[in-house]
Amino acid sequence: MNCSECDANLNIPDDASVGEIVSCPDCGADFEISKKEGSNVELKQAESVGEDWGE
Amino acid sequence: MSKICIVFDRLRSEEKLLQKEAAGLGHDTSMLDAKITSINTDSKKTDFDFGDVVLERCISYFRGLHFTSCLEFLDVPVINEFDVANNCGNKMFMSLLLKKHNIPTPKTYFSFSKDGATENINKVGFPLVIKPVIGSWGRGVMPIKDKDTLDAMIEIRELTDGPYDRIYYLQELINRPPRDIRIISVDGKAIAAMYRKSDGGFKTNIALGAEPELCEITNEMEDLVANTSKAMGGGILGVDLMEDEKRGLLVHEVNNTVEFKGLVKVAKNNIPKEMVEFAINSVRK
Repeated sequence: MNCSECDANLNIPDDASVGEIVSCPDCGADFEISKKEGSNVELKQAESVGEDWGE
Repeated sequence: MSKICIVFDRLRSEEKLLQKEAAGLGHDTSMLDAKITSINTDSKKTDFDFGDVVLERCISYFRGLHFTSCLEFLDVPVINEFDVANNCGNKMFMSLLLKKHNIPTPKTYFSFSKDGATENINKVGFPLVIKPVIGSWGRGVMPIKDKDTLDAMIEIRELTDGPYDRIYYLQELINRPPRDIRIISVDGKAIAAMYRKSDGGFKTNIALGAEPELCEITNEMEDLVANTSKAMGGGILGVDLMEDEKRGLLVHEVNNTVEFKGLVKVAKNNIPKEMVEFAINSVRK
């Protein structure tokens, strides 16, 4: 699967789960795994850090 | 065997560790993304896969708080409870509760406009620390050591002008070693502690790169954590302490959805396991 921003190859670990964030190694864009069924993975743009994020 | 539901909005290592430990203890788990879950006033508990108890683990404070409100509306047991999240999520509410319960905490000043803040600071004098009432990871926390910094800070707040920008939370600057102490509290019991050392700067947040180092839990820390937990309403908390040169330990912050990826590296106790056991036992009582 390739990055929608820069087309670099995204390395998605086999044990990655829905909701996890994948970062593009080239441009740094963050994607969230929105669906994962076997090797079929769907990504969406991750939310940016919010003012209320944290503990 | 019970079923535990972990509500999240960004799956971090903490949520995966909780899921793993719950499975290891023989419990079913469900992972629920709050971002894609909708609830309405006619919703029923049975419409969702909440299991016996929910661990609310959203990284967004407001999302988690409002989701918790829905869970309590549906009579779903949730950790932490709404009141606990509300108490810890707002630094002003938290400081007032700490003081009300006679827990040693830094002296803190509140103002509700730029003029009020300026008057307050002129009366108290520099230095002070300003913190946003909502926010984590040390964001927006800065020492105010002179009038120029004060004016710049007020100007920035006037420009952004969010509802919380009008609430000024100003705290005495504590003379302390360049570190603070994070203790994880589960139902009032201190289960693990670490020193968070700064890399030379003012802040000691792990999220900013502070190095975790194991801290032995003393009787004094146990008592402080138990009292702090009681003041906030219990549950799972991250209690932050500073070592004041004159007064000793001061509780300066209590966190609601505590992160522990730094502490698991050095802790003797199995932190996520203790959290899961507490959650399950809380609904068995």
